[in-house]
Amino acid sequence: MDEAMSEVLLSLKHISKNFGEGDVLSDVSLDVRKGEFVTLLGASGCGKTTTLRIVSGLETPDTGEVILNGKDMTDLPPESRPVNTVFQSYALFPHMNVEKNVAYGLKVRKMDKAAQAARVKEMLELVQMSEYAKRMPAQLSGGQRQRIAIARALAPQPQLLLLDEPLGALDLQLRRQMQVELKRLQQALGITFIYITHDQEEAINMSDRIAVMKDGKFEQLGTPEEIYDRPKTRYVAQFIGRSTILEGRVRCVSGSTAVIENENGLFTADSTEASLRAGETCEVCVRTERMRASKTPVEGFNIPATVREARYAGGSVLTYVNLKDGTEVVAEGVERMCDAAQPGDTVYMHWNPAQAAVIGGASHGA
Amino acid sequence: MAHNRTLEKADARRNMLFVLPMTLFAVVLVALPLIYVLGTSLVESGQDFSLGATFTLNNYKSLLRADYLQVFFNSLKLAFFTTVLSFIIGYPFGYCMARASRGWKALLMMLVIIPFWTSALVRIYGWKILLQANGPINAVLRSLGLIEKNIKFLGSYGSVLLAMVYCMISFMILPCHSAVDKMDFTLVEAARDLGSKPWKAFIDVTLPLTMPGILAGCVLVFVPSVGIFYLADIMGGGLVLVGNLIRDQLLKVRDWNTGSAMSMVLILITAGIYLVYRKSGGDDLGVF
Repeated sequence: MDEAMSEVLLSLKHISKNFGEGDVLSDVSLDVRKGEFVTLLGASGCGKTTTLRIVSGLETPDTGEVILNGKDMTDLPPESRPVNTVFQSYALFPHMNVEKNVAYGLKVRKMDKAAQAARVKEMLELVQMSEYAKRMPAQLSGGQRQRIAIARALAPQPQLLLLDEPLGALDLQLRRQMQVELKRLQQALGITFIYITHDQEEAINMSDRIAVMKDGKFEQLGTPEEIYDRPKTRYVAQFIGRSTILEGRVRCVSGSTAVIENENGLFTADSTEASLRAGETCEVCVRTERMRASKTPVEGFNIPATVREARYAGGSVLTYVNLKDGTEVVAEGVERMCDAAQPGDTVYMHWNPAQAAVIGGASHGA
Repeated sequence: MAHNRTLEKADARRNMLFVLPMTLFAVVLVALPLIYVLGTSLVESGQDFSLGATFTLNNYKSLLRADYLQVFFNSLKLAFFTTVLSFIIGYPFGYCMARASRGWKALLMMLVIIPFWTSALVRIYGWKILLQANGPINAVLRSLGLIEKNIKFLGSYGSVLLAMVYCMISFMILPCHSAVDKMDFTLVEAARDLGSKPWKAFIDVTLPLTMPGILAGCVLVFVPSVGIFYLADIMGGGLVLVGNLIRDQLLKVRDWNTGSAMSMVLILITAGIYLVYRKSGGDDLGVF
């Protein structure tokens, strides 16, 4: 991370917001660095849109501060903030053509006509929509409107671009394509993005850092890798990717691995981060694609399970098994159906201990 | 396909069942009398519209008199001011009604709708009592020390305008309200986000996007305002409007031919306004 990256552009300090029916946001703090792509990820109603609206100035927090470039913006109206938004519904002005939509932010800032035209042209080229300059928004497809909304928000050269589920209304294929384009655009322009989505795959693909939100609070803030590999809470572990969570008691710790047991058997997990001690209880999260089902026991593991079914999933086989206590677990790994276990077979679950995360660290730390 | 077509035919036949009585109703009660008025306006003075009558345009030519034109002008001017005032008061009212919380919305809507429960005539007489020389408004102004002598409200142009606006403003409020209600206010947020002050965002976004409602309101207020005359009569002041003229021609002078010609001109003016409105992209008001 270079010097420019580490400079903080936006600081949210202890933001709380209440619309009269319980807290929508409670004590949210976030530092966003210059040029960073930060995603707010969470289910609907978790407060991510409210957070974004507080940054744009469309909402005022009850308590807390919004600092941009060291300047307190908490009480500034949206028109006075060097921040622009790409709205979920695009919010293109239906009575203005594409060109006028993109020029709007320049016009209200009284930029001279020639400069406006040049900037609009540049923006439309950037989003590859030059030939649509004279079209009305109603004559554009969803993806095209999306591009115009981005061009319009970028035209006034905001220091920070806010994107509220910008790809939510697009079909999967177009969404994947736009994800790549948006990320490329963000890197090329070096503009700081705060991006909202409820799609964890999108968040992982695009972000430098992800804030997983739940009930108006950050559950975890970290790089996609941290969020995926070392979820801090059970919610994060379940929200991101597919996984199995196993509870157990630490039997012994040797070096970086801990041996943990529960009624289903005995297994090993990485304890470097968690600093576990013998006798403690903990939760271990194992990602589905890292869960293996072996026909013979593997060292450090003793979790026998009964195969319910094996299903081909394109490139790999998913084995659905039941542990002793009935817990349903899915394992991936075998590549061909002929190598897969048969229903009724007994298999032994195992994984690479270094890739199994102890959720939230040790219980004695909490 | 064939099955579909049979269904469509059955549908069409069933639709006729509903359309036919309505059409008959419209023809007998609206079209026939209008045709009779048109006919009467086109026959020699003193004749009835019948096969033996002599057709002429004299009735229309006789309208080209300075005093008649003045009367038409009076009506158009009054309708114009009524429309402008209704807009100035009605648009903000409709806007607030659309943006208000649920409870306020219901209250404001009641205020707009309740007047429809009683006759306009009765309500205007109510205003007359309020405004008369020894009436409550003068009494209040006097007791507040704002005036020394009673003001003669009745008979003034302002009192006529007040009565007109009072009777017509609902027709401005309702379409304006519905236009604001339908508008996506994210667009205003987008304008603010892009750097517009609230007032500028209103001018750039809200106003143009609610224009169809405003235009509909203007037509709905202007058109009936041209023809109304009883309000001016009740408020006094001797303002002569097209309506007065037509009534006098028909009931006092008993010159049905000239009266019919006047009515036709009034209809043409109204139709003309509506046509311009529709041609300039106005919404269908359920007329044509």
